[in-house]
Amino acid sequence: MKRTPVYGLMAEFATPTDIVSAAKRTHEAGYRKIDAYSPFPIEELAEAIGFHREGVALVTLIGGLLGMFGGYLLQYWIHNISYPTNVGGRPLNSWPAFIVVTFEMTILFAGLAAVFGMLALNGLPMPYHPVFNVPRFAFATKDRFFLIIFSSDAKYDSVETRRFLESLEPRSISEVPS
Amino acid sequence: MDPQTPVTERRKAPVIAPGHTFATITDKISSIVLARPVTNAWLVGFGFFGLITMMLLYAIGYLFLRGVGIWGVNIPVGWGFAIVNFVWWIGIGHAGTLISAILLLLRQQWRNSINRFAEAMTLFAVACAGMFPLLHLGRPWLFYWLFPYPNSMNYWPQFRSPLVWDVFAVSTYFTISLVFWFIGLIPDLATLRDRAENKWAAMIYGILAMGWRGSARHWKRYEKAYLLLAGLATPLVLSVHTVVSFDFAVAILPGWHTTIFPPYFVAGAIYSGFAMVLMLAIPIRKLYGLEDFITLRHLDNSAKVMLATGLIVAYGYAVEAFMGWYSGNHFDSFLLWNRLHGPYRFTYYALLFCNIGFPQVLWFRNWRTRPLRLFVVSAVILTGMWLERFVIVVISLHRDFLTSSWGMYYPTKWDWMTFIGTIGFFLFAFFLFVRILPMISIFEMRTLLPEAEVKEAE
Amino acid sequence: MDDRGKKSEEICPGKKGSLDLVAVRKRLEQTKGPEYWRSLEELAGTAEFREMMHREFPKGASEWLDGVSRRGFLKLMGASLALAGMTACTRQPLEPIVPYVKQPEEFVPGRPLFYASAFSMRGYATPILVESHLGRPTKIEGNAQHPVSLGGTDVFTQASLLDLYDPDRSQTLTYLGDPYSWSSFLAAFHGPLASQKPLQGAGIRVLTQSFSSPALADQMQSFLKLYPSAKWHVYEPVNRDSVYAGAQMAFGQPVETQYKLDKADVIVSLDADFLYGGYPGFTRYAREYASRRDPDKSMNRMYVIESTMTSTGAKADHRLPVQAAKIEQFARALASGIGVNAGAGQLGDAEAKFAAAIGDELKTHHGSSVVIAGDNQPPVVHALAHAINQALGNVGQTVVYTDPVSAIPVNSTDSLRDLVSDMRAGKVDMLIILGGNPAYDAPADFGFGDALKSAKVPLRIHLGLHQNETAELCHWHVNEAHYLEAWGDTRAYDGTVSIVQPLIAPLYNGKSIYEFVALLSGQSEATGYEVVKAYWQKQHSGPDFDMFWRRALHDGWIEGTTFTPKDVTTKAADFPTSTSSDTKSIEINFRPDPSIWDGRFSNNGWLQELPKPVSKMTWDNPIFIGPAMAARLGVQKEDLVELELQGKSMLVPVWVQAGQPDNTVTVFLGYGRTRAGRTGTGFGFDAYQLRNSAIPWFAAGLNVRKVSGSYELASTQGMQSMDAEIGQRPLVRETDLDEYRKEPNFAQEEEPKKDETLYPVVPGFDYSKQPYAWGMAIDLNSCVGCNNCIVACQSENNIAVVGKDQVNRGRHMHWLRVDTYYEGDRDQPRAFFQPVPCMQCENAPCEVVCPVGATVHSTEGLNDMVYNRCVGTRYCSNNCPYKVRRFNFLRFQDWETPQYKMMRNPNVTVRSRGVMEKCTYCIQRITQHRVDAERADTPIKDGELQTACQQSCPSNAIIFGNINDPNSKVAKLKGLLRNYSLLGELNTRPRTTYLAEIRNPNPQLEHLATAASAVESENS
Repeated sequence: MKRTPVYGLMAEFATPTDIVSAAKRTHEAGYRKIDAYSPFPIEELAEAIGFHREGVALVTLIGGLLGMFGGYLLQYWIHNISYPTNVGGRPLNSWPAFIVVTFEMTILFAGLAAVFGMLALNGLPMPYHPVFNVPRFAFATKDRFFLIIFSSDAKYDSVETRRFLESLEPRSISEVPS
Repeated sequence: MDPQTPVTERRKAPVIAPGHTFATITDKISSIVLARPVTNAWLVGFGFFGLITMMLLYAIGYLFLRGVGIWGVNIPVGWGFAIVNFVWWIGIGHAGTLISAILLLLRQQWRNSINRFAEAMTLFAVACAGMFPLLHLGRPWLFYWLFPYPNSMNYWPQFRSPLVWDVFAVSTYFTISLVFWFIGLIPDLATLRDRAENKWAAMIYGILAMGWRGSARHWKRYEKAYLLLAGLATPLVLSVHTVVSFDFAVAILPGWHTTIFPPYFVAGAIYSGFAMVLMLAIPIRKLYGLEDFITLRHLDNSAKVMLATGLIVAYGYAVEAFMGWYSGNHFDSFLLWNRLHGPYRFTYYALLFCNIGFPQVLWFRNWRTRPLRLFVVSAVILTGMWLERFVIVVISLHRDFLTSSWGMYYPTKWDWMTFIGTIGFFLFAFFLFVRILPMISIFEMRTLLPEAEVKEAE
Repeated sequence: MDDRGKKSEEICPGKKGSLDLVAVRKRLEQTKGPEYWRSLEELAGTAEFREMMHREFPKGASEWLDGVSRRGFLKLMGASLALAGMTACTRQPLEPIVPYVKQPEEFVPGRPLFYASAFSMRGYATPILVESHLGRPTKIEGNAQHPVSLGGTDVFTQASLLDLYDPDRSQTLTYLGDPYSWSSFLAAFHGPLASQKPLQGAGIRVLTQSFSSPALADQMQSFLKLYPSAKWHVYEPVNRDSVYAGAQMAFGQPVETQYKLDKADVIVSLDADFLYGGYPGFTRYAREYASRRDPDKSMNRMYVIESTMTSTGAKADHRLPVQAAKIEQFARALASGIGVNAGAGQLGDAEAKFAAAIGDELKTHHGSSVVIAGDNQPPVVHALAHAINQALGNVGQTVVYTDPVSAIPVNSTDSLRDLVSDMRAGKVDMLIILGGNPAYDAPADFGFGDALKSAKVPLRIHLGLHQNETAELCHWHVNEAHYLEAWGDTRAYDGTVSIVQPLIAPLYNGKSIYEFVALLSGQSEATGYEVVKAYWQKQHSGPDFDMFWRRALHDGWIEGTTFTPKDVTTKAADFPTSTSSDTKSIEINFRPDPSIWDGRFSNNGWLQELPKPVSKMTWDNPIFIGPAMAARLGVQKEDLVELELQGKSMLVPVWVQAGQPDNTVTVFLGYGRTRAGRTGTGFGFDAYQLRNSAIPWFAAGLNVRKVSGSYELASTQGMQSMDAEIGQRPLVRETDLDEYRKEPNFAQEEEPKKDETLYPVVPGFDYSKQPYAWGMAIDLNSCVGCNNCIVACQSENNIAVVGKDQVNRGRHMHWLRVDTYYEGDRDQPRAFFQPVPCMQCENAPCEVVCPVGATVHSTEGLNDMVYNRCVGTRYCSNNCPYKVRRFNFLRFQDWETPQYKMMRNPNVTVRSRGVMEKCTYCIQRITQHRVDAERADTPIKDGELQTACQQSCPSNAIIFGNINDPNSKVAKLKGLLRNYSLLGELNTRPRTTYLAEIRNPNPQLEHLATAASAVESENS
């Protein structure tokens, strides 16, 4: 059959337990450019493929601080510098009254930062991805679990890697064309 | 399953019925959207509420044409149904985010099967609420003056006004709820993308799913982001009704100028929110055969939440009454008198019955676990909470400091059309939602299954 | 009925379906240029057009809100205005008029000119200054230099401005309802007039309202010389017949009685409502009365014995509500009490004590007391009052007699009776009705309307401002010129003559009464100017006439025309019993309406919507019934009752009025008009149906029957007691003189100290360091509740009229309101007035809650309202403890009517829909004076800057000024111990404060009253 450049080798598993142990062993075997797919979050899985720092928290923190200072400074600037007016004899910098909006701005910016930060770090939206070419991958959003070793991995070898994957007793193994 | 069993047996009902697998869950929930044909019942409901939505649009059109004078508002009662409905809807809008966020943080697994439509409900409720502050303006076409935007007048909103706080609180709340809800949807949209037979459906769901493929890395960031959102949404949801209560508490009007308002408004919001969740959940689980996922455990827990918040609300009323007498301020004591004996006294009595008296049946397990009874209780509570806002807004305003300026407030047909219209719009949107999106979070349901546990491989 | 009758039927309003506007607009568009006019006349010929012209507008809101149909109406109105030469609208009169100004006498855009003139009602003038913007009169103020006005006016004077611009004013001369030209009228009129010459005018009858104009009187004489057998009749529905008859009885001649209230320590009013507009000399009396209400100087004491709750009664130190018939008895008792032989009056126990107490006090106040009898009391009461004043030596001190002000002091009822009998007898060939509306307001028994309709009067001509009920029954209707459009002269109550100076050329080429009478005497070309000037030339012949004339116009009155006191000698008068007082049966009282008087102001929106002083009622005339009586009859407010008097009956709604005497029903005249115009037609109930010549004012034997159904009434005040069910609310703080002397600072509850605040001073807002800090003090002791400030404010600030329906919904727009409160026993209450403008709080609750900063504070301490910025959340109003903010719930302002555009004050924004508005201390006036002061580089002098309400106040109750200037009047008043702020405990720090009310009761009566009320409370 005609060969197209290979993106990676994909093994299918039936249970979370299997995929996690498989992923562990793959990582131990020295494969680094690997990934695993599951229909629901499995904490252990990310550990297993050696993924630790996700960086969303930092983005959120920055967003929050931005919102907080931005919110207060906006109000301060408006009522003290841009257009000071005497409103019911209240001081120009009525900080207790400014707290509410400051708070809301903090939440808003932090929240949006978390969401868009997460999407950005995940590289989403990404309508096309080679793994979708594998017909059975449709079950990755239902009840199947997949492990992939990318061809870009240093240790990758079409024959060796396939054999290694077979040793993990997957339901099936398929080649992912790129 | 037979509602009797859990009552007689001491053990708790499970959050998900036994015998389900990843596959069955996925199929059951996604089939409602993908496979299930459009039923006549759905069409009738959809059409009916569509018509009521039309009525709302008509009422709004006439309002813009003639001005708020078509409503019953006047001097002294400058705020009428519009603000009552606003506060009522916002309150209802609290349950969704509360369930998704706070219960998530509290690791309440039972939330997973109700949070999705609770969040949707929140969005629609907040949308209804959001209309009113705009509609009730004398010059609604200038609503954007409440936002700080650079303009040729070099003039800005007045940030000491609770109404500006409202604008920020409500819009923030809506935005955060929206993203929260959408983020939660992404994995399920992916599921639908992969399940859909219809090419167009697959494409649309695919676009919305943004290419989600369930990578472990993605899941990790996703979970973190979701957790952070929950953490942010929790103080937010509490702040929103606090801010709404400031609209009243900051004013100097007897009956408004009260420090008890923030906590008791928030409690009231959750109270009515859960009532609305139940009023939606009970019919839905029946109609779509979801008793396995929305079990009596959920109903029971929600009922308990209502009972608790209901008691906080009762405490609020008690404190108001007590302060009316204890403060010795004759304006406050008159307010109390006016609530008990004034022309609107019946609304106050009805309120006491709906929010304090009747809901006490929730102490009894067989009221908490009988869907029909619970439905009735929820309906009563929602009525009561609407009355509460009416009492706060109208009774306080219509007789304030100068006896010479006392007046009465009579809602006009336009007030009613707008109010009922929003209810119609709310259900109209909800009918759409149940048809095109999974009303239960599929991927979170999966995690509830025993097989989702990763057993340590030795 | 003859064909004329039929024709006049045809033009009756509401008979046909309304006109298809689209069609008409098309017709108007198709026609251009000169053709336009003709086709308009064609158009005017069609019945639909007439129907449109006479269209009655639906009641209540719709006439103000139904933009579409009114716009359509105005398209046609506009067209007919063009017809009437509307183009000339802002032209000044051709004749030279003399402004009353310091600045150079020419137009400076944006800068008004003032002209002295005079408004007169029933022949009594109120001297005025009229503010004119580029030739458009926009505001009427009292002539401060004139001894009668002293700057004050009354509601009718203020509101007469709106009549000038009333779009329903008759705009064309008509014959049987069809428009005709003046020349065609002259042609048609010449023949009949000529034919009267040989008959010496035996068939000519002229009917006018009572007037005091010397020039007109002179014209009348020359006319009667020309036609010796012609007759000149005078009719006034609210007349002073019994005043003159009383004088006749006492002195054998009709004299005018003036009072010097500033010299009076004791005032006794026998049913005289002399502290309200419409009473001759009211403005002066209010000022004099108030000048004696300062508790720190010697206070007067006022007793009011009255048959209807009035604002005068509300101010009394002691008030005795009794049936009108009882008052004669009371007067007798009082008279005999001080040694006048008048026969003892039959009085109840309490009443007798009351009379005795007054008698004792009067005896100790020789020459410093005054007894005033009301116009509605029979002659004998007036005679008794004269006798008492004589006996007390008040004549020459507090009471002055002069010649009658009215040019023809005849009995107007008799005069009209003669006329009607002549009409019936067919003696009248030509009836000329100059002003007035007898077809509507003549005594019912005369059947004037029928007599007028009948073919027995072949030629009927009506001159009037409106196409009213009378015009409808006449052949010719000549549209009259408003007094601001026409020259004239008139007398104030003290006889001083003012030249009536027009400010604007007639909007619709109307004719003045002078011009018409000139026409009768054959000088058809004579203008009013020529007539009036010629007359005064005769009076003041000499080289300096121009000087004299110019001065008269400038000052607003003519030197030396004031009547000199007349010494009259009392005839040894016996006092014939006129009324049999039977207190058992129910009595009916007829009173002019406090707002629209005898009906002449029915189409005046400002007055229709003006809350009547004691009931706060608008747009209607429910009958007054006392609480006790209402309880007996089992009726409450808004219930319908049937009044049956001498075979005639009518349905009316009830208003239960605190302080209304028992067994007395008061009905107010002037309502139930059928052809008043869009504002007046159809409102209220026509009380003239019950009124006949025998009983012009009151009668016993009324039957009141409760019928099913009720009628919605629009009162602007929520509750008329200060005290809610829980807690006393000291809104009006008052005490009596002795208490005040003991504890002068009783009114000042502890308010938060100025320095009790955590807030720093807002930079630039340390008010004490500002050049000006505006403030207002309102003296509740001086305020007589005459409502004048409300109308003045409405006129100055372009405040919209909203209509009955909207008032009912609680949406009236008055920036300044006068709250009326009643305390104690509802049948004999103590009443208080409290004018409430914006308090201009230094810590304004409204400002804090406005999301868009549409209401903020000025450095001068004003709570500014920025209409452009307002988005209409109404939060400010909710948070305003004084509820002085007003909101445009709908588009209340009339943007189409061209006349109203001319009327508005160009210096005040015309607010649109959805905007909050409120009192601004007349910011436009402040600004103008500040500009002038800065130009002149001098501070604004105290008193030179006055708010509209202050300026119009006849009793000086409202004082405005700079509280930073320790010598300003307002600063001094605020320094007084009885100065207090309303709801001061809220720490709003109002700039408007009140001076507590101090009553001066007679100790001898105090315990009596308390005893009485004690008994009352036991009974109830």
